[in-house]
Amino acid sequence: MSAPLLEARQLSVEIGGKTVVDRMNLSLQPGERLAILGRNGAGKSTLLSTLAGLRPPQAGAVLLDGEDCALLAPRQAALRRAWLGQFQNDPFGSTVLETALTGRHPHLGRWDWESKHDAELARKALQAVGLDGMETRQVHTLSGGERQRLSIATLLTQAAMLYLLDEPLSHLDLNHQMAVLELFAGAARDCGAAVVMVLHDPALAHRFCDRALLVYGDGRCAQGTVDDILTAETLSELYGYGLRQIEDRGHRCFIPE
Amino acid sequence: MPTRRRAFLILASLCLLALASFALALTAGSLQVAPADILASLAGRGDGSGDVVVQLRLPRALAGFACGGLLALAGALMQVLLRNPLADPYVLGISGGAGVGAMFAMLFGLPLLAIDGLAFAGALGAMFIVFGLAHGDGSWTQTRLLLTGVIVAAGCGALIALMLSIADERKLHGMLFWLMGDLGQTYDWWPALLALVVALLCAMPFARELNLLSRGLMQAQALGVAVDRLRYTIYLLASLATAASVTTAGSIGFVGLVIPHLVRLATGNDQRLLLPASVLAGGSLLVLADTAARTVIAPMQLPVGVLTALIGVPVFLFLLSRQPK
Repeated sequence: MSAPLLEARQLSVEIGGKTVVDRMNLSLQPGERLAILGRNGAGKSTLLSTLAGLRPPQAGAVLLDGEDCALLAPRQAALRRAWLGQFQNDPFGSTVLETALTGRHPHLGRWDWESKHDAELARKALQAVGLDGMETRQVHTLSGGERQRLSIATLLTQAAMLYLLDEPLSHLDLNHQMAVLELFAGAARDCGAAVVMVLHDPALAHRFCDRALLVYGDGRCAQGTVDDILTAETLSELYGYGLRQIEDRGHRCFIPE
Repeated sequence: MPTRRRAFLILASLCLLALASFALALTAGSLQVAPADILASLAGRGDGSGDVVVQLRLPRALAGFACGGLLALAGALMQVLLRNPLADPYVLGISGGAGVGAMFAMLFGLPLLAIDGLAFAGALGAMFIVFGLAHGDGSWTQTRLLLTGVIVAAGCGALIALMLSIADERKLHGMLFWLMGDLGQTYDWWPALLALVVALLCAMPFARELNLLSRGLMQAQALGVAVDRLRYTIYLLASLATAASVTTAGSIGFVGLVIPHLVRLATGNDQRLLLPASVLAGGSLLVLADTAARTVIAPMQLPVGVLTALIGVPVFLFLLSRQPK
């Protein structure tokens, strides 16, 4: 069996003196999708950026495609995993196409310019998120949801096998939420990509992920398949608010009491 | 879509602009010399009048071009480093440090070479103080860097004001000219030009990474940029470029702020084009401004910094009003 696309070994993450996870093990095979759920401030984003190798862990190691993140050159890491952050700001002007093309950076040599092929990939990615025809728009004229979809297009242009998504659905309307989730589900199913996403809706997590990781914010965490772990009981404890569970045609739904 | 072809065309036309600015700088002035004589002197076989022009006007134009280029390059780099389109080469206190050194040398009547030496030492001093204070605990965020720079600049401003107020009146004129930026007191032109070539050659390999850095530190890191190393490099490069320019011609204002802006408006924010285009445009602008500074009210000369500011202020306000909200 090949090395997992993402592996965490005895990983401990802290932020501001608070433990997010303590000696956690995690492994993600090609085609697998993992949801990270937890309350605000539990450390989900911190954990995700640590898994992306963007900040050093307190202890333990993160392996991308079998190689220790701490020893990988930034460019090598960028070829293996793509990371979607929560915040984008653009102090300088830039067009939509130029922004999507930045995803090609790790694939280009120091003196290379983006080729026709790169532009083709960027256009396809824009099309996949429904931004075709907007290539020459300035990014600061986009709406919040369009800006978020542009970030996702940049991620697709990067063409890594592991996607780490921090609240990929923020600012998106309902139909684009479903489209984005279908898009990454397709990437996992058809291309063997692995996806980790921080989500706030347990119903969507149940529907679009294979496994879930619950982060309690006090150093405890729990993992399991979505069927096992996304239940009214565990989620009520996680969020500190009573939830009722409803099953409908194989989909699970949670209603606040 | 950025392409090499487009960049080449734009840079070629800016090269023509630079040549035109040199042609004007060599021909304009109280002593009228026929262009043919100047060309003959440039080729090394001219007679008296052409040689005078080439020996007096050419070094000054070269120094002006180098300083303008250095300031525009440093400004473009600072804007990316601080991720703030309103940053300029002096925002981190480097010209303040250089000013303290130069004023000190002038106050004690030291020779021209010592003024340049102390100005450079002052610039380096300010650079290390700002870096040391801002980097102290390793966080080294843009805000912290900016605040530290502004405070150090304010401190230097106070020291400069102190020295101006105790200086005797014979020295005051020279000190004020230095502070406003003046190419008339330039010691030699080649160090600045050499610095410009070296700085541009060091910055260009990182141009595409700078594009990513301007979009955010984490984003750049996620796309494979060694962010910390890049930021140290840029800080050093921009600081040294500013120091080289300030040492040569005093603190000429607004070139470093306005030129990267103008170029960005005209060509977009691709650093692979923006950096060399800013160098060419900044150099040309300063050569033109200096030519105007020594001819508009000849035989008196204006400090070129006054002219660049007079041009720069309205242009800057116009750009500011166009900033995306």
